[in-house]
Amino acid sequence: MAGYTKTNITPPRWLLAELTYSCPLQCPYCSNPIDYAKHSSEISTDDWKRVLTQARKMGAVQLGFSGGEPLTRKDLSELVKHARDLGYYSNLITSGYGLTEEKIIELKEAGLDHIQVSIQASSQELNDHIAGTASFEHKKQVAHLVKKHGYPMVLCVVIHRENIHQMADILAMAEDLGADYLELANTQYYGWAHTNRDLLLPTKEHFEEAEKIAQAFKETVAGKMKIYYVVPDFHEDRPKACMNGWGTTFLTIAPDGVALPCHSARDLPNLDCPNVNDYSISEIWNDSKAFNFFRGDDWMQEPCRSCDEKEKDFGGCRCQAYLLSGDMYATDPVCSKSPNHHVIDEAIASARSAALAENEKPLIFRNSKNSKLLS
Amino acid sequence: MTLNPDLLIQFSRTHRLQWEEAQQKNVILYPEGMVELNASSAEILKLCDGTRTLAQIVSDLEEKFATQGLFNDINTFLEVALQNGWIHQN
Repeated sequence: MAGYTKTNITPPRWLLAELTYSCPLQCPYCSNPIDYAKHSSEISTDDWKRVLTQARKMGAVQLGFSGGEPLTRKDLSELVKHARDLGYYSNLITSGYGLTEEKIIELKEAGLDHIQVSIQASSQELNDHIAGTASFEHKKQVAHLVKKHGYPMVLCVVIHRENIHQMADILAMAEDLGADYLELANTQYYGWAHTNRDLLLPTKEHFEEAEKIAQAFKETVAGKMKIYYVVPDFHEDRPKACMNGWGTTFLTIAPDGVALPCHSARDLPNLDCPNVNDYSISEIWNDSKAFNFFRGDDWMQEPCRSCDEKEKDFGGCRCQAYLLSGDMYATDPVCSKSPNHHVIDEAIASARSAALAENEKPLIFRNSKNSKLLS
Repeated sequence: MTLNPDLLIQFSRTHRLQWEEAQQKNVILYPEGMVELNASSAEILKLCDGTRTLAQIVSDLEEKFATQGLFNDINTFLEVALQNGWIHQN
């Protein structure tokens, strides 16, 4: 953080409001922290309203209501209305579980702009297995209702080794459901997905095959459906430009009011992430240790420091560097220039042998019991 | 997909056009995304309210800014807007 100057600070544009860690689903790649069960307190409706007001004043305009499952918060419509009054574009990021037509109408009237529904697979059996809950038919019903009530509909499917072979069927399902956008989110290996990586990481051949199918499909639906593709960074040789740069664009508020530069940052050591109960959003964004920690590039080590691509990818993801090398200042090991790049090759090899093993170990599902066991 | 000169042009119901005080510019908002507009693009899009054709938008803007010869610029921009789903014609 040494050497950053405050004139370099750009205002937040994106606010991710993780309203709760409660979720009726148990997806084994959940991006919530492994120890989420320890952080079960939730800030109040008034706290959220204050956060929304303060962040909007600074320039945040895209707002994601996320979780856990945000529908479990009883005050969701009230927060949506507050967001609309402030001029946010609000996105509800939901499993669809428990979403009724009545609620869809209520949220529309409150001013919700968009609903993103996640589906875990193109078949009921696999969807219900991965979600850990019988939910497939209900999710499809919800997708229809979202369209019926005039929302733009984003269908989100997280891609991993258990469902990547369904790519063609997933695309057909998205078209059939009338999705305006399809997000093919290759699993990012943090939190629960890191724990289950041997069972979730597809082989390079799987990716290439799936990508070919998705590319061909993209052309056939041009003008009707847009496809967002979250890249499988383990099979790339340059890291992702994580969060568009630390503390430049994204602000996440966790259910207990902890403010995070990215939703995994709570796993990094000694950042002292501030809480909205103690500071205003402006103090958090401009002055806190956590948000200034990786701003700019003075924190970088070699090979990032002298790299001519550092402006492009900002050294990759800090959480991934920490998770895979134990050093949060290191070059993201995904980068082929990283001295730790071998850990990526080892992870791919380890996942491949797990895939070929006769007795695959079971997935560890995301639930409170496992959270307590693992943390 | 190209613009039909005979049809009215309407801003998309699934996008939102809005002035952003913090950025001092108009933006288009859509699921998980935002496009920042320059002043002339915003002026064009504000007239896409379902009551005007391409020719009417051109003449309204030429009148508003007391100028001539805007057709090519406006046509080019609205073609892009159509491709991006920001506007539609029924």
